[in-house]
Amino acid sequence: MKGPDVVWYLCVAGFLFSTGALGVLIRRSPLIVLLSLEIMLNGANLALIAFSRHFAQGDGQIFALTVMAVAASEVVVGLGLIVAIARQKLDLDVDKLSTLRG
Amino acid sequence: MIVASFANVLVWAIWVLAAFACLGSGIAVISFTNPFYASLSLIGNLASLAVMYLLLSAEFVAAAQVLVYAGAVMVMFLFVTAYLGNRADAPWAGAPSWQTLGAVAACSALFVEVIVVVGLKTSGRLSHQGKIDSSFGRPHEIGRLFLTDHLLAFEITSIVLLIAAVGGVILGSHSRDTPTKGVQQ
Repeated sequence: MKGPDVVWYLCVAGFLFSTGALGVLIRRSPLIVLLSLEIMLNGANLALIAFSRHFAQGDGQIFALTVMAVAASEVVVGLGLIVAIARQKLDLDVDKLSTLRG
Repeated sequence: MIVASFANVLVWAIWVLAAFACLGSGIAVISFTNPFYASLSLIGNLASLAVMYLLLSAEFVAAAQVLVYAGAVMVMFLFVTAYLGNRADAPWAGAPSWQTLGAVAACSALFVEVIVVVGLKTSGRLSHQGKIDSSFGRPHEIGRLFLTDHLLAFEITSIVLLIAAVGGVILGSHSRDTPTKGVQQ
């Protein structure tokens, strides 16, 4: 059981990261921007775990788990901000939320 | 020999399926108008990533991915989506603006750059996979690494999670205490 090399996983990780970056750039709903950020983080995680398997060292998986925890924290704060913005009856549009005046 | 090559083909087949599911659901997340469907596609994306982690013998990370991401984080996303109601945001509607075209060009350039760097600069150097034993990626090994070599990262992660939880509570309760104009109490 050999399977694909680390290079193939890196290609998928690169595609996922570019897809997430595209979503962050073109979408205006902050909810979808957060989802795209998750895709970017997952692309990075895939690269970390692929290298961890390639070099037979567990440290990459530790790093991936830490990234997961940070992503969960980011989602908590981001969703809290989105709910707070929605409660203020502001437009949920990242182009219109250009000032922090509330 | 035949069994080994069959296993190899099977691993490749599962990998190709997972990779295409991953890429397709990734594109679906950023192109769906309805945020509910986008969140559901992200669950598919995370599940196919978990399959790839299993192929990379990272069993614990795959389990954590399904439990933490597809379980907890996506439930939070779906709750907030339901709370906000249906606010459609059409990404590809109308004529593409120069911003959209520029974003697509920039991200394609990023992807091509990654492929070129991976293809050219690593040729030959990344072909020999290291040997792993059966404990690789198991919870025992992850726990040992977390509590010996990476203890500081472990503690800092716990503090980050605590701060995020407190921040979430403060963000959620603050906007209720201070009504501004236009908010119906």
